[in-house]
Amino acid sequence: MLEFARWKYVVVAVVALLALLIAAPNFFGDDIALQVARKDRAKIDDTGRQAVEDALKAKGVTFKRAYVEGERMMVLFDDVNAQLAARDALDDTLSQTHVSALARAPRAPGFFRTLGLRPMPLGLDLRGGLYLLYQVDVNDAVRALLESYEQDYRRALTGASITFNDALPLNGDDGINNGVRFTFPAGADLAAARDVMQKTISDVSYKLNEGASPSVDAVLTPAQVTTRKRNAIQQNMISMRNRVGELGVTEPEVRQQGVDQISVTLPGVLNSAEVKDILGRVATLEFRLTDVANSVEEAVTRGRPPVGSRIYYHRDGRPTLLKREIIATGNQLIDANTTVTPQGPGVSVRLNTQAGDEMLRITQANIGKPMAVVLIEKTLEKSLVNGQEVKREVTKQEVISEATIQGVFSNQFNITGLGQAEARDTALLMRSGQLAAKQFIVSERAIGPSLGQENIDSGVRALIIGSVALFCFMIFYYHLFGVVASVVLAGNVVLLTALLSLMKASLSLPGIAGILLTVGMAVDANVIIYERVREELRNGVSPQTSIRAGFEKAWSAIWDSNITTAIAGVILWVFGTGPIRNFATVLVLGIATSMFSAMLGSRALLTLIYGGTHKPAKLSIG
Amino acid sequence: MEFFGKATSFPFMATRRIWYTLSVILVIGSLALFFTRGLNLSVDFTGGSIVEATYPGVADIEKVRTALEGAGFHEPVVQAFGNSHDISARLGPDAKLTVDQVRAKAETALRSVDAGVTIKPLEFVGPQVGVELRNKAIWALSLTLVAVFIYIAMFFHTWRLSAGAILALMHDPILIIGWFALSQTPFDLAVVAALLAVVGYSLNDTIIVFDRIRERFEANRRLPTAVALDQSVNQTLSRTIMTKVTTLIVVVALLVLGGPALRGFAEALVIGIVAGTYSSIYISAALAMDLGLKAEHVFPVARSREVDSLP
Repeated sequence: MLEFARWKYVVVAVVALLALLIAAPNFFGDDIALQVARKDRAKIDDTGRQAVEDALKAKGVTFKRAYVEGERMMVLFDDVNAQLAARDALDDTLSQTHVSALARAPRAPGFFRTLGLRPMPLGLDLRGGLYLLYQVDVNDAVRALLESYEQDYRRALTGASITFNDALPLNGDDGINNGVRFTFPAGADLAAARDVMQKTISDVSYKLNEGASPSVDAVLTPAQVTTRKRNAIQQNMISMRNRVGELGVTEPEVRQQGVDQISVTLPGVLNSAEVKDILGRVATLEFRLTDVANSVEEAVTRGRPPVGSRIYYHRDGRPTLLKREIIATGNQLIDANTTVTPQGPGVSVRLNTQAGDEMLRITQANIGKPMAVVLIEKTLEKSLVNGQEVKREVTKQEVISEATIQGVFSNQFNITGLGQAEARDTALLMRSGQLAAKQFIVSERAIGPSLGQENIDSGVRALIIGSVALFCFMIFYYHLFGVVASVVLAGNVVLLTALLSLMKASLSLPGIAGILLTVGMAVDANVIIYERVREELRNGVSPQTSIRAGFEKAWSAIWDSNITTAIAGVILWVFGTGPIRNFATVLVLGIATSMFSAMLGSRALLTLIYGGTHKPAKLSIG
Repeated sequence: MEFFGKATSFPFMATRRIWYTLSVILVIGSLALFFTRGLNLSVDFTGGSIVEATYPGVADIEKVRTALEGAGFHEPVVQAFGNSHDISARLGPDAKLTVDQVRAKAETALRSVDAGVTIKPLEFVGPQVGVELRNKAIWALSLTLVAVFIYIAMFFHTWRLSAGAILALMHDPILIIGWFALSQTPFDLAVVAALLAVVGYSLNDTIIVFDRIRERFEANRRLPTAVALDQSVNQTLSRTIMTKVTTLIVVVALLVLGGPALRGFAEALVIGIVAGTYSSIYISAALAMDLGLKAEHVFPVARSREVDSLP
């Protein structure tokens, strides 16, 4: 008897339907589009959309359709040239308020969009994207470390009641900052000072300079400098990975290039100003108490803050006076998320325990007083001086929130008083981590989609023709069984596409290689089964029993070969990067789908045809 | 229709010295070609220079490509860059030319398309596949081979089959690399992907044969090794050929219709599938036999293998 449990039919049917639904957006293809967003991140409404459309029409750019999606607007075009012309037009007219990015918009009906179903994005090799190369200022990381050492020394020396005059940066032979010198009043006990410093930080070398102006030098060893630089690159890479991850770009890649460069690859993103903005920021946070004892207005008019305070400005230009002591910095931040509080949108912040202790101490003594969060961003500003491009580092210090301390808290609290978009941005910037060292873009390239499109079109055409030829051959060779195999193979591709779409894996050339391999292996599984069925028939076994025996005996061969290949795939996935990992993802998923489709899908169809009490006299297997 | 109406009985094991010789010649030839001629590595691996230019009108990418090729640049990659006027061209490195010469040649070529073009300074770029990625890939592949070796040794109870499989596995990519050294087809990232796929195919194939070997030994433990292996390869032959033909249909379509960008990819797959079929028929099992494979290795103690039930 040839039977197939009813629940298995149900599983096959449900999986097939779900796969069709999820994979469907891929088969509609996509349109060439321009994604337009407002720089202030406000939502583009109908009037805003009209303004963009008018700007395009005024420049004589023809487009197919425009619609608003989320906060952004998509404009669809017939070809790349219209898309590029539209971008030029918007750059000319609306670049002050809008940013635009070359994009592709899925052509699938809106119904799929509302379900959150989208086609697989294409990888950088097929679709173009943004490639950024950052130069990391590793010396800056060493400098930052020394600055924190200096802070620690100051605290320790003051705590031990040792008076010192000043702290000066020391430079190594290469002119790069590698130590700090503390100067003391004449006749000071240098050995005692050294002991205090050594107790604070033990692993740097100390040198005592006796004489009229005594001092103690704390100098990093060359090995320490090297380690610090290497760690800085690594920390920057991690931060960049986090930031890129937050952007929601699929399959981004952050890689170290050479000693002090980091490359970032963002498939599908073309020249998006927003991306560069978020990636390029060097954000540091500082939590500071507001100086309520002195008047801000007075300080501003005097042009000089009172001792122990500094003048800062809010985003809207409002000045405020903050105390010099830092309660906590971005280094000590563990997590920051948007949250909804009774006071409106906010950011919930979590600090490490050390910062939490400090926060606890400060808040206990300062309930009811305001505390501010200062965002310090360092960006490189390009400007033209005498016709030459000059890069200048700009430090922007901005109070992003100033709120009254409502209660005593330590390492977990909320910052409120932010707008929705602002809360999101702030949380993102806080969370995406601190860069250990400053970095700036040395190379930036948007890879246009023209080459990719040719590749995809001819590749897809070739694959379709090849598949049709394959189906014809299977049907010619295995007759009705070949038809079943063809249906199952097509189903396998749909299922694999659905899984890849769900995972939001992007499709690149190695991925296509993986799909091809999977199709090959799915054909293989069917061939193994059918050859077994034929073998049984040759041995005089009845048709129904032959089918069952074919599946059962083929199982061990299919299982062993697929599992071995899957092991190879998993290892490639774990240890590979970029293209290799992409290939491995497709391979491992493909093995799962091809086994499912051959063992369950194929069997379900054949049992439907040949199963039951009506025993066929002959099988149409060629 | 059937390729082999009845079960075949080709004497694969008896003739194995011939196939070994052929394989050794091919592998040595491939390695020799690789070390003497080297690969025609694409810009993905070599890096090169990038020149960006702005045309007064809409840039004709095809014309620019032809002009650069005419100027002697080897397979330049020309792309629209940001908008319809800007193009960027990636040029492979040329050790014979100085920076100034490269720049002068590129500028002349770009100007020949439209004299009104504005050319930005030439920039040098690093390879897309840096040393880091290459080392990681080699590392990943080596670990994969080790894992496969261990897996086969565990589940087929003998390292002899593992060794046969691994050697057959390494055989195929070596032949592909030999072909790329011989034909000087550009070796790019897609070819690397094809190499991985070929290793996958070949592995799959080999295991199918091994599975049959186990089955033969299970059926009759006194069967001489050579007979068992011959039977195994012969019984799976129809399937091996059929699977390869079907896969080749798709890959050949890709080779013929896939366009120049996919040429290397498709070539590598065709060579690899042919080589993989050959190695799993002629090499892997035969090697295991010469390493001393016997029935008791696959079945160390007389144990009854439970028949796997279907899911």
